[in-house]
Amino acid sequence: MTTLLEMREITKEFPGVRALDRVSIAVKQGEIHAICGENGAGKSTLMKVLSGVYPTGSYEGEMTFEGEPIAFRDISDSEARGIIIIHQELALVPQLSIAENIFLGNERAKRGVIDWRETNTRTEELLAKVGLKEPPTTKVDAIGVGKQQLVEIAKALSKDVKLLILDEPTAALQENDSRKLLDLMLELKAQGVTCIIISHKLGEVRYVADTVTVIRDGMTVSTLDASEGLSEDRIVRDMVGRDMTHRFPEHHRKPAEVLMEVSGWNAWHPQHAERQVIKNASFTVRRGEVVGIAGVMGSGRTELAMSIFGQSYGRNISGEVKLGGKPVDVSSVDKAIHAGISYVTEDRKSLGLVLDETIRFNTTLAHLEGVSSGGILNRNEETRVAERYRDALNIRTPSVFQKTINLSGGNQQKVVLAKWLNTAPEVLILDEPTRGIDVGAKYEIYTIINELAAEGKGVVMISSEMPELIGMCDRIYVMNEGALVGELAAGEASQEKIMSLIVNE
Amino acid sequence: MALAQSDDIAEKQSDSGKSVREYLSSHLREYGLLFALIAIMVFFQVVTDGTLLRAVNITNLLLQNSYIIIMALGMLVVIVSGNIDLSVGSVMGFIGALAAVMMVHFDQPMYVTVVVCLITGALIGAAQGYWVAYWKIPSFIVTLAGMLVFRGLSLWLLEGQSVGPFPREFQVIANGFVPDIFPPVIGETIAGIFAERQVNTLALAAGILAAASLVWIGLRQRARNRAYGIVDEPRGFFIARNAIVAAAIIFITYKLSTFRGLPNVLITMGVLTVVYAFLTQNTTIGRRVYALGGNEKAAKLSGIKTERLTFLAFMNMGFLAAAAGLVFAARLNTATPKAGFALELDVIAAVFIGGASMSGGVGRIIGAVVGAFLMGVLNNGMSIMGIGIDYQQMIKGLVLLAAVVFDVYNKRKQG
Ligand SMILES: Nc1ncnc2c1ncn2[C@@H]1O[C@H](COP(=O)(O)OP(=O)(O)OP(=O)(O)O)[C@@H](O)[C@H]1O
Ligand SMILES: [Mg+2]
Repeated sequence: MTTLLEMREITKEFPGVRALDRVSIAVKQGEIHAICGENGAGKSTLMKVLSGVYPTGSYEGEMTFEGEPIAFRDISDSEARGIIIIHQELALVPQLSIAENIFLGNERAKRGVIDWRETNTRTEELLAKVGLKEPPTTKVDAIGVGKQQLVEIAKALSKDVKLLILDEPTAALQENDSRKLLDLMLELKAQGVTCIIISHKLGEVRYVADTVTVIRDGMTVSTLDASEGLSEDRIVRDMVGRDMTHRFPEHHRKPAEVLMEVSGWNAWHPQHAERQVIKNASFTVRRGEVVGIAGVMGSGRTELAMSIFGQSYGRNISGEVKLGGKPVDVSSVDKAIHAGISYVTEDRKSLGLVLDETIRFNTTLAHLEGVSSGGILNRNEETRVAERYRDALNIRTPSVFQKTINLSGGNQQKVVLAKWLNTAPEVLILDEPTRGIDVGAKYEIYTIINELAAEGKGVVMISSEMPELIGMCDRIYVMNEGALVGELAAGEASQEKIMSLIVNE
Repeated sequence: MALAQSDDIAEKQSDSGKSVREYLSSHLREYGLLFALIAIMVFFQVVTDGTLLRAVNITNLLLQNSYIIIMALGMLVVIVSGNIDLSVGSVMGFIGALAAVMMVHFDQPMYVTVVVCLITGALIGAAQGYWVAYWKIPSFIVTLAGMLVFRGLSLWLLEGQSVGPFPREFQVIANGFVPDIFPPVIGETIAGIFAERQVNTLALAAGILAAASLVWIGLRQRARNRAYGIVDEPRGFFIARNAIVAAAIIFITYKLSTFRGLPNVLITMGVLTVVYAFLTQNTTIGRRVYALGGNEKAAKLSGIKTERLTFLAFMNMGFLAAAAGLVFAARLNTATPKAGFALELDVIAAVFIGGASMSGGVGRIIGAVVGAFLMGVLNNGMSIMGIGIDYQQMIKGLVLLAAVVFDVYNKRKQG
């Protein structure tokens, strides 16, 4: 097979950070090439260099594509060559329709007047190709993330793509959606499209990849060939630089008395008043216990958590929350925090962080009382707190004065976690806490969860990754269509049991 | 004025690669503003044959811009919170009219009038803030309505006439000077040394004290940064910047002292600036306003009462607009229906020139104050030169555009 793309000795620096340090990578024509590495290893940066997000001159090194040297000034340059990137954060306009999004900036038009017939028929063809059954006129915000991801790919296909780059395409997807997407990639490969995929889900990498390049601390560590067999352990070892025999830290928990008790919890949709989103949910969390909530996307897990956490979601909320046997008022976020409940949001960018501000700013934000007296901030104390969490959570950054927008996705997640740990909660609700996080960092987060449980706190963990729930939780509630439909103890939980509880309803 | 003194060491990077260039590029905006102010002052000083920095003109400059600066403090908070207030010019005019009617037509004592006016201002701000905060009506629209309503109310209140003059004690708010508390001999001696006709010792002493405290605060911050291993401003920059700022303060107060001393409004302005700089940078409520403007949803989910903060930001703005209205009326010694017309634009421009961002979450008090001064010096210098109001407007517009373009360019370069 011929080499389609070669990047040689790419070095990219940001103020105070060398994100890439002479990284080289070669992608063969017609293959699926996976890039693995820890959070902040430089994967996204490398792809941004390739696609012209960082223009020529802002990095060192050389690239060739189809045998010719390339140097792009911006994304449209690289798109013209058939290199299309789908970023970690989706870039669709939610208020526009699928068709409008697909041809955004590339409209099917005659003398500036859009030809809707052609737009829609072309869209239908593309949607058929990616296996998405939605009318082209559907608004993007009306479909789930999984389908949005497919729209992104359809958009890429509309542009005559030779090299398709997917940066963590499945991070926000359910297993079956992920599987669909991966199969689509294999199909595209059969049609001759070369793909680069970045993913922290090594099972998926093994499923699709022909070649794996592992990056660590901005350097290429190894290039593995699927024909010689890919083992997850090997990839992990190259990623983290040591052997990792267990994916979950060991724990010996002894859940004690009931800490939190939610009973008869109901909530209705904020806009459609007739839709009941949470239906009579009741659950308990014991001291020193990790409780999981499983369910498919849209089953109401996030809505349940947010409606409990200061009624941040929904209306006409009813039900009772007891902490340590006493009813508590959770009608506003600050009351909920004060009562001892914290909620780590699922969407770190739009709900978790003030991106233009520093790590320090974000770390202390939910508990400014801890770093102030009489309403006056003690910045030194603040710095100390932020640095303590940076060390404890191993946040990769030159300093706590770095803006969070400059952090890699996984490290942003850790900052959000730091913010909530800093409120010293009794009950910590984690919503998809390991989304987009590398194996090593996952292990660290699991360790922190175990420590919290060992201190006698209660942890509620919402996750779409069933192995994670099974590996970490003492009990798992299964949620479906707004109701808690079952409960499994650690010993009896399995993926099949969880799925059958969902389906049986 | 501790211009680039970023006591928030925010963008500073750690040990690696802390070259001067890097530091400069991440603080280009602050230095740029200071540099622009100096450049403009030098320019006008030269082309006006030294009129700009004459004692009487400096005094004038301060008096003329006091109400803009007072309102810029509140506007900065509003803009950082992610909103805007277009009504401040009208509110200012309305409060001036209210004061005039109370004192001139109804013979109310000055203190009663001042208190009533300030409370009214705060209530006006609260009324507008209520719609913005609790009904989520865009501030642009609410305050556009307010702008019309209060413009109309002033006309109605004044019945289309100018009302004045004010009692002497009220005029002093804007036109009075702080009397020298030091024995006259000291002033006379200094005057003798520098061959001036007179010197107000208090003004000079205050200037030296202010300059010294700024340097002291800067040094203390530096020492603390070092203790925390935070990379600080390169030494040369620190010294140069402090030297320039301290010299400027002493120079200006010296000039003032050879004229009539410290204007009362300078004290008001100075105190308010320090108070608001502290409030925004060093208190939890200030921090929360930045979070609100930076990401409202995240702020809300962090337990911040975002509605109440927005409400308070507008109420505060109303209060400061009222204070500015009193100063303005006292300065003109009459209330006219046109008072404050289009002034909101100058105030908003000052805040943006000072580096605030339209989308909220970014901006500093000190920047807004310097931005206001920059506009003030431009106005004043061009007037001395006899440049027509037509050109003045165009030039001011271009300066605003240049400042914002510079911001965006800077941000993109760091991107
Ligand atoms: N604009 C920027 N300014 C400063 N530092 C940056 C910037 N963008 C990225 N970095 C830094 O460069 C490093 C590599 O980041 P990158 O986003 O490429 O990581 P990643 O491998 O994609 O991680 P993740 O798996 O978490 O997405 C990180 O340390 C990050 O903090
Ligand atoms: Mg990334």
